[in-house]
Amino acid sequence: MRTSVFTLILILISAALYFAFRTIGNDYLFFAGYTVLQYVVMATAWNILGGYCGYVNFGSAGFFAIGVYSSVFLHTLADSIDDVVPDALQAPLHAIFPLPLPVMVVVGGIVAGLVGLGMGYLTLRLRGVFFAIATLALAVVMETVIVNWSFVGGSRGAYVIPPNDVPFFGPYIQFLFVLMLILVVVALVTARAIERSKLGVGFATIRDDELAAEASGVPTLRLKLIATVVSGALFGMAGAPFPYYIGYVEPGSAFNLSYAVNSIAMPMIGGTTFWAGPLIGALLLGTLQQVATVTISSAVNLLIVGLLLIGFVILAPKGIVGLWQKWMGKRAKS
Amino acid sequence: MQFDLLINAIIAGLMLGAFYAAVTSGISISFGMLDIVNIAHPGFIILGSYIAYIVNVQLGADPIVIAIVALPAFYALGSIIYEIYYRSFEKHGQDSLRGLAFFFGLLFVTEVVLNMVFGVDYRSVNVPYIGGSLTIGWMEFPIRMLVPAVVSILMFGGLQIYLSRTFIGRAVMAVSQDPQALQLMAVDPIRIKRIAFSISLATASMAGAFLIIIQPVIPSSGREYIGRVFAICVLGGLGSLPGTLIAALLIGVIESITSTFYGPSWAPAVSFGLLLLTLAVRPSGLLGR
Repeated sequence: MRTSVFTLILILISAALYFAFRTIGNDYLFFAGYTVLQYVVMATAWNILGGYCGYVNFGSAGFFAIGVYSSVFLHTLADSIDDVVPDALQAPLHAIFPLPLPVMVVVGGIVAGLVGLGMGYLTLRLRGVFFAIATLALAVVMETVIVNWSFVGGSRGAYVIPPNDVPFFGPYIQFLFVLMLILVVVALVTARAIERSKLGVGFATIRDDELAAEASGVPTLRLKLIATVVSGALFGMAGAPFPYYIGYVEPGSAFNLSYAVNSIAMPMIGGTTFWAGPLIGALLLGTLQQVATVTISSAVNLLIVGLLLIGFVILAPKGIVGLWQKWMGKRAKS
Repeated sequence: MQFDLLINAIIAGLMLGAFYAAVTSGISISFGMLDIVNIAHPGFIILGSYIAYIVNVQLGADPIVIAIVALPAFYALGSIIYEIYYRSFEKHGQDSLRGLAFFFGLLFVTEVVLNMVFGVDYRSVNVPYIGGSLTIGWMEFPIRMLVPAVVSILMFGGLQIYLSRTFIGRAVMAVSQDPQALQLMAVDPIRIKRIAFSISLATASMAGAFLIIIQPVIPSSGREYIGRVFAICVLGGLGSLPGTLIAALLIGVIESITSTFYGPSWAPAVSFGLLLLTLAVRPSGLLGR
């Protein structure tokens, strides 16, 4: 299937999903759906580095939070241009601000991508395990910086009041939902395109045997840097609309460890070598968590995620996609 | 002059560092010597804290005594975890990605379970010496820091002697270098690794007791130690216990000075910044091989 056809199909499915939700007409569906879609983007983003290259990123929450806080920064800046910006710059800035949300998403993606590049330079020359630890450390450094940065709210947090209604979409949450749907399409198309290109083959050689790849002339460092940048940028884009979704952001919620766990668990459970793996994992776990949060409690849903992660890595290392392939293979033989 | 402030910050930092050494010793063994990236270790430390907390509240025993009594239980837990890890991951060759995810899941599950059982309130133990402090001139030694620091150094010394003098200890050092050669000496490397991993997990019992003497604990307290212990471990050089001790003291002092002069909210960034710097400049650490 060509990438353009694939993109078209995804867009059609997304549009169908949106209009189906709209027909049901319950805003809660959009709230819950937004979270699940956000996880789809995050799981796919994690998988580009973790699944394709074999480099585990524990700092997912950090990259997500960069997106979140770049939006908070732009939002706060829009409100306080007269106080913080020199007089000469005020007029042009007033003309630009407040930025439309899609632009903020792009900004969040760029900032997170740049941080990914910087982190890649620092750590990717090292063995995979060190990279994993360094990402964890990086997330803590960033959280400390945000906690101490009062302009974006510091440890008290910041309020971001979303506009009430948007033309055509109606309630703001519907607009956010559609935005996230678009990001899902972008993420899946990117992941699938990478998988089928020379880039994807290069990533796979890094995952399987980095030394051999290096010796065969694969530019491993450059490929890994591309992976961190793409993965980081997708995380940032997933985070950018978050302040408008939640309305109040504090470091504890933006840097929540459950984001890191979820974005690892979802691809692991779905299957890491195929673009549909993170999608399946995120849809399944995300929906399960939404249901568990409403019906049981949010502590239980985190426990489920943790146990499923442990269970799957031990019993079904290739995830649901792997189980499916195995089952299909067995059927074909008999 | 701020001289006495500085000296007191250094003293507090050294005591803090000694405590960090206890926290890191387990990682230093599992990650440094066995190549098992046990990021769940801080979670088990918090588990140790909560065990000390329950028994202390029920029976009023000293947390350190409780931790020593709990050592065999932690040792057994370590054996079980290593067995699962070995069978599911290590046996099939290099698949560190899934092993990492496994330990990450363990960390998360430990935290969530503690959260469900004890809630998110801060818990602390009740021991007579917690409020007191020893004053020599203008130097001050809070006893709640001093006791864990002293016991921690003793434990650290014991571990070092055990690893460098006994047969099993030397086998542990050897298993990281050449498991095949070890097999030729009629030693089962898997058994040695299991023993070493169990010892590493047993240190979590002690470290947990120290932690809850020093400060009140919540289930998520472990998180702030994940990066710190790996920072210390990498900074000291993998597989080197003396290096770990030096790095722990160093980070303790730097953090203490930072929080005295710039405010405690900046302290975490210091050790992590140092970790990133170490990884970028000298990945083999201070006393690395």
